[in-house]
Amino acid sequence: MDSNPSSAETAQKSIYVSSAVTNAAKILVVGHFAVGKTTLIGSLSEITPLRTEEKMTQASVHVDDLRGVTDKTTTTVALDFGRLTLSDDLVLYLFGTPGQQRFMQLWEDMARGALGALLLVDPARLEETFPVIDLVERYGLEYAIAVNCFDPAATYSEAEVREALDLLPDTPVVYCDAREQQSSAMALIALVRHLLERAA
Amino acid sequence: MTTPGEEAPVTSDFVRSYVITGGRDLPSSEELALHTLVTLAPGRTLPLGAGPEVRAIWELCAGGYLSVAEVAGHLGLPVGVARLLLTDLSEQGHLLRRAEPPRAQNVDRATLEKVLNGLQSLIG
Ligand SMILES: Nc1nc2c(ncn2[C@@H]2O[C@H](COP(=O)(O)OP(=O)(O)O)[C@@H](O)[C@H]2O)c(=O)[nH]1
Ligand SMILES: [Mg+2]
Repeated sequence: MDSNPSSAETAQKSIYVSSAVTNAAKILVVGHFAVGKTTLIGSLSEITPLRTEEKMTQASVHVDDLRGVTDKTTTTVALDFGRLTLSDDLVLYLFGTPGQQRFMQLWEDMARGALGALLLVDPARLEETFPVIDLVERYGLEYAIAVNCFDPAATYSEAEVREALDLLPDTPVVYCDAREQQSSAMALIALVRHLLERAA
Repeated sequence: MTTPGEEAPVTSDFVRSYVITGGRDLPSSEELALHTLVTLAPGRTLPLGAGPEVRAIWELCAGGYLSVAEVAGHLGLPVGVARLLLTDLSEQGHLLRRAEPPRAQNVDRATLEKVLNGLQSLIG
């Protein structure tokens, strides 16, 4: 084969960010377990989504111990993330973040410098979303709701979702299929439009 | 493609992390954000006595810019450990850093507009 080495090189996907990129943005993809965070990130990422772990040290006080001895235990939580080059000089990172209250350190780390959060919701398991909303609000993150349609037979109106989650009137609610790139992109677009309105 | 469970550990145990860091406390995200981009500065020499993890970071970062999170992900290191080793290298002048997020949580319109345009181009 008469292949030109330089074009073969460019055809080979590099793991690195293009050298012209000077700016990196971060959006969090949050929601309870198995709501579709990793799927949504995978549908948009230009790199194979990566996984890393963060170690949490948790202090736990034994209430039945009169001396009030504090134990430190270490837990591990995995985070998935993906990358999307959006212009010559800008990359977007999407970080999938689990919603458990106990991972405060992780949330601080995640929230730092984040533009906002896309909050995935399975309407059949709304009660699992409440702690996630609490966390997002505690960290002052602007968010949009993406309702993941797992069961096409079960339909929930936007009004029902809004009421159940007690959303502010201007919080966007979109329906998405996290497996579809276009659908995932549209959910993020709704979030970013909302962020722009808030930044105005 | 396998998708392990959310809380499945991907790498080392606590003891291994302890050995890599020398038992030092891990720096906070104030030091290096997860999406800060890093690369090896040109013309640097690997520090004498660098451990296997620092060597691996050195080789990986020689190739171009990657985020702190990507360095951790590619090398199978916990984020906190990767951040500590990258902070060391940065303090020793071995790293170039880009795209550091502002300290305050101020959202900048120009970036949001760029993000919006980029996403819109995906849906054609
Ligand atoms: N029908 C349907 N299934 C989905 C959707 N998003 C994710 N899934 C499936 O739900 C399961 C859990 O998704 P995952 O992304 O791992 O959830 P995570 O725990 O939030 O990261 C996987 O088997 C996905 O294929 C969706 O939009 N529609
Ligand atoms: Mg996941």
